[in-house]
Amino acid sequence: MKIQQISLFIENKPGHIAAPIRLLAQAGVDIRSLYLADTQEFGIVRMIVSDWQKAAEVLDAEGFVVKATEVLAVEVPDHPGGLADVLDALDGSGINIEYMYAFPHQQGEEAILIFRFGDPDAAIARFQAAGINVLAGDDLLK
Amino acid sequence: MKNSVLEASVAERHPASAPDYMPVAELRELQVERLRGVVARAWREVKHFRARLEERGITPEDLHSLDDVAKLPFTVKSDLRDTYPFGLFASPMKDVVRLHASSGTTGKPIVVAYTKEDVEVWTSVLVRCFAGCGLHRGDIIQNAYGYGLFTGGLGAHYGAEALGAAVVPTSGGNADRQIMLMKDFGVTAICCTPTYFLHLIDRAAELGVDFKELPLRAGVFGAEPWTESMRRHIENSSRIEAFDIYGLSEIIGPGVACECRRHQGLHIFEDHFYPEIVDPATGEPLPDGSEGELVLTTLSKQAMPMIRYRTRDITLLLPGTCECRRTIRRMGRIGRRSDDMLIIRGVNVFPSQVEAALLEIEGTLPNYQIILTREQGLDQMEVQVEVTPHMFNDKIGALQGLHAKLQGALDHVLGIRVKVALVEAHSLARSEGKAKRVIDRRAQ
Repeated sequence: MKIQQISLFIENKPGHIAAPIRLLAQAGVDIRSLYLADTQEFGIVRMIVSDWQKAAEVLDAEGFVVKATEVLAVEVPDHPGGLADVLDALDGSGINIEYMYAFPHQQGEEAILIFRFGDPDAAIARFQAAGINVLAGDDLLK
Repeated sequence: MKNSVLEASVAERHPASAPDYMPVAELRELQVERLRGVVARAWREVKHFRARLEERGITPEDLHSLDDVAKLPFTVKSDLRDTYPFGLFASPMKDVVRLHASSGTTGKPIVVAYTKEDVEVWTSVLVRCFAGCGLHRGDIIQNAYGYGLFTGGLGAHYGAEALGAAVVPTSGGNADRQIMLMKDFGVTAICCTPTYFLHLIDRAAELGVDFKELPLRAGVFGAEPWTESMRRHIENSSRIEAFDIYGLSEIIGPGVACECRRHQGLHIFEDHFYPEIVDPATGEPLPDGSEGELVLTTLSKQAMPMIRYRTRDITLLLPGTCECRRTIRRMGRIGRRSDDMLIIRGVNVFPSQVEAALLEIEGTLPNYQIILTREQGLDQMEVQVEVTPHMFNDKIGALQGLHAKLQGALDHVLGIRVKVALVEAHSLARSEGKAKRVIDRRAQ
């Protein structure tokens, strides 16, 4: 149910994101989704990739500070109100979303939401109770 | 308890260490006698020194007691530069067996010379250092101080060999090979700069080598100031006993002073190096227990006697005697040099304060650099800290929290507002020898 996201520290300066991305390209790692959280000084690149272990290895070997984190991927219908329904499932649960981002599914009418929760297991239970599809890593890479 | 202390001090006593335990009255007599001898030699052989004494209207005959040392003029680093290369030599070249030179960062280096007897004295004080650290025949000592013009490498090498230890002369650099040899040879002690050892700890972790599992039990660290918190970090992460050794090329090289296993200050081998503490501003002698600049006089040096050399190192002479029963006096650890002091917007700042604040927060010492600039006539200080895997977090709030914590601690410790920047790992220059911690661009 949970999938691995890798995140990477970079300085907020011209050209700094290019080097790690090129490394992944050379290693044949496909980036399924990328989200950049930034401050004026630095940023955190969060990525869902085709092979997170390989990605982490390649980046670590070149001296990048990399971290793998468990996140949840949830499928939602890509139409108005789709996200609202997912968030409703969490309503009143006290479950905090640390951060989230979205990207369209490669095939079909669905969008994918990536959630980072403090308590992912509680969130999974809520989603399942509401009939929301929590994806496994393999589903995501299809 | 007392017995074990006593046994320990007997067990570590090496024949070469006998002068460490000399009765104090006898030691003072020896010092006066040697002081007169070295001053007479410099007077006779070194024009520069003789002119200085004549300016003051004194001769070697005016020295009657150790207090009279205060009558003598100071020697400062620029005296060595001004007389480059051989102007302060008191021996003809036929008696000189070794020349070393310092890495002068600006202009000409500083040159120092040794006669055969000088090398023997140097070797003997290093044997006394190592013996005091509990090392002996049978130990395998890896010497990662740089071999060459720098005094550290050859100085420690001769001492360790004379001690009877097996020496692995790796010199500096090539961390991966250093770690491999430490592991494969079963090295029991290492000599290097403390920052280089920190680098080895980090690199070993990356290579999956745990220093705690190795036979390594002691590190003899010197050639740059380091802190108690660095000692704790080194000892906790590698399970060794870390010793502070002190020395400078102008006096002899490493081996002027060294900690014993009590770690309560560094014993100065004062039968060869006479210490004073003076007010760095006025040059007035200060009593034992007061902090000031360390001034050293070589008592037995032949090729290049140094009379009242201003070391620029800030420390104090510790009153009282050490539990180890050595009678030679101890000085406090050098936390800072008067040269290292940065004056930022009128406030005195030492890089060691930055280090202590970073260690306090992180529990380990991340690689860092201090950048000084001037914007609109105002000094700006930026501390760049490399983000380690231990510090990194995928949540932006956690990193901002760390940033704020570092900012707060540095502001508090330094008393001025500094800018803190988190930078990518390995983006700051790595030190293979002395750390380059400060980049001053204020004059640009």
